[in-house]
Amino acid sequence: MEKTRKNLGRLIAAPHILWSVLFILAPLIFVVYYTFTDAYGTFTWENIFALKEHANTFLISVSLSVIATFICFLVGYPLAYLIAGYKEKSQKIMITLLMLPMWTNLLIRTYSMMAIMDDGGFLNSILGALNLGKVHLIGTKGAVIFGMVYDFLPYMVLPIYTIISKLDKNLLEAARDLGCNPFQVLWKVVLPLSSGGIISGITMVFVPSISTFYISQKLGGGTFELIGDTIERQFQNVSTYNVGAAISLVMMILVLVSLAVMNRFTKEEAS
Amino acid sequence: MKALSRIYTALIFIILYIPIVVLMLFSFNSTANTGDLTGLSLYWYRELFSSPDTFNALKNTLVLAVSASVISTVIGTAAAVGLCKFKKNFFKNSVLSVTNIPMMNPDIVTGISMMLLFVFLGTLLGRDEKLGFTTLLIAHVTFCLPYVILSVRPKILTMPRSLPEAAQDLGCTPLQSFFKVELPQILPGVISGFILAFTLSLDDFVISYFTTGNDFQTLPLLIYSMTKKEVKPDIYALSTLMILTVTVLLILSNVSSKEKSTERRLTL
Amino acid sequence: MSPLGKRFLQAVCLRAYRFLFFSKFSGKGEALVEHKKIIELQNISKEFEDEQVLSSINLDIYDKQFVTLLGPSGCGKTTTLRIVGGFETPDQGDVLFEGKRINDVPAHKRSINTVFQKYALFPHLNVFENVAFSLRLQKLPNAEIIKRVKEMLELVALKGFERKNVTKLSGGQQQRVAIARALISHPRVLLLDEPLGALDLKLRKDMQNELKKIQKQTGITFIYVTHDQEEALSMSDVVVVMAEGKIQQIGTPTDIYNEPVNAFVADFIGESNIVDGIMNEDYKVTFSGHTFQCVDKGFAPGEAVDVVVRPEDVDVVNVADGMLQGTVTSVTFKGVHYEIIVDIGGFKWMIQSTDFVDVNANIGIFIEPDAIHIMKKSEFSGQYGDYSTFSDEIEELGNSETVGD
Repeated sequence: MEKTRKNLGRLIAAPHILWSVLFILAPLIFVVYYTFTDAYGTFTWENIFALKEHANTFLISVSLSVIATFICFLVGYPLAYLIAGYKEKSQKIMITLLMLPMWTNLLIRTYSMMAIMDDGGFLNSILGALNLGKVHLIGTKGAVIFGMVYDFLPYMVLPIYTIISKLDKNLLEAARDLGCNPFQVLWKVVLPLSSGGIISGITMVFVPSISTFYISQKLGGGTFELIGDTIERQFQNVSTYNVGAAISLVMMILVLVSLAVMNRFTKEEAS
Repeated sequence: MKALSRIYTALIFIILYIPIVVLMLFSFNSTANTGDLTGLSLYWYRELFSSPDTFNALKNTLVLAVSASVISTVIGTAAAVGLCKFKKNFFKNSVLSVTNIPMMNPDIVTGISMMLLFVFLGTLLGRDEKLGFTTLLIAHVTFCLPYVILSVRPKILTMPRSLPEAAQDLGCTPLQSFFKVELPQILPGVISGFILAFTLSLDDFVISYFTTGNDFQTLPLLIYSMTKKEVKPDIYALSTLMILTVTVLLILSNVSSKEKSTERRLTL
Repeated sequence: MSPLGKRFLQAVCLRAYRFLFFSKFSGKGEALVEHKKIIELQNISKEFEDEQVLSSINLDIYDKQFVTLLGPSGCGKTTTLRIVGGFETPDQGDVLFEGKRINDVPAHKRSINTVFQKYALFPHLNVFENVAFSLRLQKLPNAEIIKRVKEMLELVALKGFERKNVTKLSGGQQQRVAIARALISHPRVLLLDEPLGALDLKLRKDMQNELKKIQKQTGITFIYVTHDQEEALSMSDVVVVMAEGKIQQIGTPTDIYNEPVNAFVADFIGESNIVDGIMNEDYKVTFSGHTFQCVDKGFAPGEAVDVVVRPEDVDVVNVADGMLQGTVTSVTFKGVHYEIIVDIGGFKWMIQSTDFVDVNANIGIFIEPDAIHIMKKSEFSGQYGDYSTFSDEIEELGNSETVGD
């Protein structure tokens, strides 16, 4: 009787479990299925071989998103650390200010960036007015990296800030007491203790950066493709679904493996 | 030192906000030129509101966000409660890991994987229009679920086991104890899960892009299709309105609760 | 009517008659009242993740009594309580309530209520609604609920606290709300799981008296779990000492204190010196190289036994007059008395005396025959009763309750 009651309690998880199987696992199986079949449903390695053509795109995507993530960290960590040092009230305001762009649609943010960087855009008209000539930005890798940093910076700052602001202030004082200068406090105490926030910041910037297709379309000006663009393009047309699935599978594995490595890394760090 | 830190913080915030401010500014521009401010006008707002697409997309977005967040909150809360009753670690862990896949996976992969499933099912059922509101709703519920569970689970885990026991001790059936005692305890988590699901659904572009059909357009999809065409400031107007709405909502939710939902989103 | 039914009816009538008959005298003397069994635990065993938490517990609890389950953390006392409350099902054995098996009766259908360790007050309800909780479930008319909650809050001295937020109350007040909430539906049995554990010493003492008073007033059977032996002795009608998932001894507080059955009980209840001895014959025991007169009998001649002597029963005398001689190794002032540790033949004794002695002094000690208590050897022999490593701190640690008892 006790047993049946317990099982009844568990039963309410059933809709979710069913849902996960149907709409999380099954779609992934379809990705695998499409990867290893051709348009007629027969088994083939062709799509895997076809990946070679996209090796360069993968390389560009990975390098651009790694650079963007690194810049986000370099810019975002000090910002998080500094914000955590302000009075509580100012902290709250700053975090809200930081969150506001995050809750603004990515398309809008990217689009407004394009409006600024465009050849006939805001920046160039200001430069023109100051007689400084024009800069060509749209279509460069720098513009795409800047777009990623701009779009995803808050995702780096917020988790780091959350951890730093919750650090026991006594720890910092103890470090000062034991002879650390402010820089050493940051390097020897705050940084190691905030590693969890750094890791989640890195993943939260890296994953959307590597899979984006909108940023590169708008700021890349169509001069080069990122892996997200390639996937999107394959799915414009039914005949290339299979190649698209193969690329997606590779990207998914890439992302999930790097997440797993990161997680392992933080766990070891913690223990 | 202090001055330096102020300058640094201010600089980043300025850079962060320049595009948004510029965008808002040009939404009031009287010409379509994004280079020059030629004069203030509400022309683009009028243009925007004269288009039935805008209202249609707005209505669609809201209908979708409300249904997706309600469904995912109900299923997710039930799941979080039910999963706590499992002792066996392996089964529970695999369910939780699978749940988290849409949160970890790049949106584009989640989007195309679901699209492949829907297209297959659609063909199986002999539908002409394989994608539409239903598929979009399923997709949105799917990616909202992990966030709902993520908000509710900690509340259940931190709730003392003795509370439901006390309720049953005092005469509640297990069902009564859930509604009278457990639910009020986890309600903050349920609400923040709901809000999170709602905003995520409102905001989503990538997954929607792959799982919607021709006849159902949401605001993010509308923006995307607008930016595909010639640059026109009516999209600035739309964006400005959306940013203002988000700002108001954010301020309101900050005043009432204490930014719990966003913290959750961040601790992956 | 079947013959069996008839027999049953007779039994019920007889019981009812006896109950009425004896309850007339209940005011005059406790001893006259023959309480009936309200809860019986028969051969209860329970395992958690391959660990035997309870093994073959047999316990009868009588109506209207204050019964305390006493033992160190992990002894199974809380599990026993949870089995009675219906929160755990025993792996083996039966739980009987007034003679009926209730193993499969869920908690909400038992006429047994619980005061939880950390009170488990519902934070979303105010004091009134917490107390009224079970009455609301019964869908009683509002007027009656108000009346009964008012009475109950008066009983626990919380008049005027109705609209207060329970999370804003002090520990003692929360405690009272929890008691009121559990008592309001007039349960037959109230279970209390370390209810005073979170309170400070002064408040504990007050609440002990109050609980005892409430128990007397309401006539409800209390089953009380604690690891505090002093609390157990001062409040209970019956103390059940538990260790390692087994019941060690059941008895009145005086029995338990004066006649501990083994070294564990002797050590756990109060302070004791427990030494190895040999029973020469009835009323004669030899330990520490001296033969003493005692009041115990019934042991085999030459049987090895554990001898218990309470520190307050040892008198300090001149070396020449002492039955045993030893060297004082430490003296601690305790207010009412001095706590003296004496090394007698390598065994450290504790003596409580109002007379001061110097450290390193040689003293003699004298023990009256009735201060010597003889126990059979048990699995606990040799583990307790030596004060060579004694310190207050260790004692504290040993008593402190760990999570998940």
